[in-house]
Amino acid sequence: MSNEAVAKVEASSRRRRLPSINPIYLVLVLLIAAIAIKNPAFLEPLQFMNFLKRAAPLAILSAGQVFVLVAGGFDLSVGALITLTVIGASMLQSNDPNATWWVICLLFVLGALVGLINGLVVVLLRVPSLIATLGMMITLTGVALLWSGGAPKGYLTDSFRFFGRFNISGIPGIGILPVALIVLVVVVAFLWWLMHSTNYGRLLLAVGDNPRASQLAGVPIGRVRVLAFVVSALSGTVAGILLGGFSGVSPDAGNGYELQAITAAVLGGAQLLGGRGSVPATVAGAVTLTAIFTLLNFLGLPNPVRSAVQGLILIGAVALAMYRRKHAGR
Amino acid sequence: MSLAETVRRPTVSFAQRFERLAPLALLVVAVAIYAAIALGSGQPQYMSFDGVVGVANRSIALGITAVGQTFVILLGSIDISVANLISAAAVLASVIMNGNPAMIVPAIAAVLVLGFVVGLANGLVIARLEVNPLIATLGMSLIVQGALSAFISNFAGAVPDAFQYFAYGTVGPLPFSLLFYAVLVLLAWVVLRFTKFGSDIYSVGGNVDAARLAGIHTNRIIIRAHIVCSMLAAVAGLYLASRLKSGAPWIGKDGVYDLESIAVTVIGGTILAGGRGGIWGTVAGVLIFSLIDAIFNLTGTDAFLKQVLRGVIIVAAVAFYAVRSKRIVA
Repeated sequence: MSNEAVAKVEASSRRRRLPSINPIYLVLVLLIAAIAIKNPAFLEPLQFMNFLKRAAPLAILSAGQVFVLVAGGFDLSVGALITLTVIGASMLQSNDPNATWWVICLLFVLGALVGLINGLVVVLLRVPSLIATLGMMITLTGVALLWSGGAPKGYLTDSFRFFGRFNISGIPGIGILPVALIVLVVVVAFLWWLMHSTNYGRLLLAVGDNPRASQLAGVPIGRVRVLAFVVSALSGTVAGILLGGFSGVSPDAGNGYELQAITAAVLGGAQLLGGRGSVPATVAGAVTLTAIFTLLNFLGLPNPVRSAVQGLILIGAVALAMYRRKHAGR
Repeated sequence: MSLAETVRRPTVSFAQRFERLAPLALLVVAVAIYAAIALGSGQPQYMSFDGVVGVANRSIALGITAVGQTFVILLGSIDISVANLISAAAVLASVIMNGNPAMIVPAIAAVLVLGFVVGLANGLVIARLEVNPLIATLGMSLIVQGALSAFISNFAGAVPDAFQYFAYGTVGPLPFSLLFYAVLVLLAWVVLRFTKFGSDIYSVGGNVDAARLAGIHTNRIIIRAHIVCSMLAAVAGLYLASRLKSGAPWIGKDGVYDLESIAVTVIGGTILAGGRGGIWGTVAGVLIFSLIDAIFNLTGTDAFLKQVLRGVIIVAAVAFYAVRSKRIVA
């Protein structure tokens, strides 16, 4: 290539750098503006904090899911894991507030175990993750029902519900600060660091982009991918603990969350089948999805419309991403 | 051996033969367990002609859906909109018929048109907009579900007695529905094995770029295969309307036809990446599922335990032959 051509390429890549901000952030700002126009009170600290609190479980779940997506897989088992976490918490705790801490520890062990099994089934038994986590989803739903005898008994104590429900009040400037929001910030900061600043994160992206090449380059692809499933499952446990606190015990607590998490990651620009994805953009995707549902609510649209709109957005987002990728040559 | 002869009869490696026979081996195991339990527990009536026909007739709706699913999975695509489409087709059929035998033909026509339109939309989004098929059909699934439950929230309409022949009629000793399924499978086999459309599906599934360079209109093949899949799901909806005597917006989701039709296809040895597999494996997969159900019934297994085992069996069955593959699966 001549120097002139190189200069040309460099110039064009410099020109492209400007608009390369992920469009999801723009969409999110526009959506929040739209909601605020419809309902000005939405931007008041109290309402806005409650909105973020509502978005927290999905945001955490999506931030975990994107690890598996980036590695080139899917994790369909997280919705059922949320259900199992919520039901398991009420069964284990049996209404004893002092049990909260060891119950939470046990739930994390359970989550790690689920992720480990998912990962090992995919890596060692070579079952496609779609099927492996689908089997796990069916199994976990069965375990949750078996454990609770079909109808969950008992309730979650206030000490357990602290994380999902409690607000720290009297904060100057913003009024209340939900504990769920603190959990969200801590978890997302950790996952952000893990994917975008560590060696593991780079290996993960490499494995998702080209597993064969990474393997030949000496990447322990099995270990990298198993860990991705463990991260996703643990994020499911955290989301389950928050959701249990937020809305209490129910046998369908986690229904549909796996698909919403994938939707959020895709909205954030994650590429299915691996190699591309970002934790902050995924979190923005999850908040966007929650904002869309909130907006539909304010517009007084019935629930079924929600799912139809979610479907349209999903297809539209991916179609747009494909179009951009093709025409930007990236 | 002359060279020409070698070319005409390529040697079939052990691995290939194993992959082809694995579903059959699984089926034989399932039959053996079923027979052992039926005889061992002193219920020989389950081994009679009627008992066996009963088992085969158990999963007609799943079987019809899985035939369509096989077409798109062979193509390297997937369709998870089938479950909600089944619900929509069943509701549409029973609402249009509304107990009036004169409306049977218009209702069937309307349902087939619905299937055609949904399949066309799926195919266009996947082929033209290059949206990942999982996302495209997930989006379509949400749209269909939203549109359906915006209008209908319970059992709606009724199927006239004449139409119940589809599910309950008999031809000689055999149920009409079973014969219908058999004819459908034969037809699918002929299409996949002997027509240009069939061989094009395998080519596109094997390597879409190579197929395009070889002059195959890959987009057209993708769209057609998706139309086949969606129309067969619509037919499965007709069958369920006939069996339940009315349609409700949850029957497809309750039957988990989306994930189960994928599971039986994969258990039948069709690989998710496309290009390899066939209709007979899928039939074996459907029979295996029916047998598992029948075995659970024979042993009186607890409903929730049943679900746990189902999840484990799906994964184990796929692992049974996937574990030997050298491919890196995602």
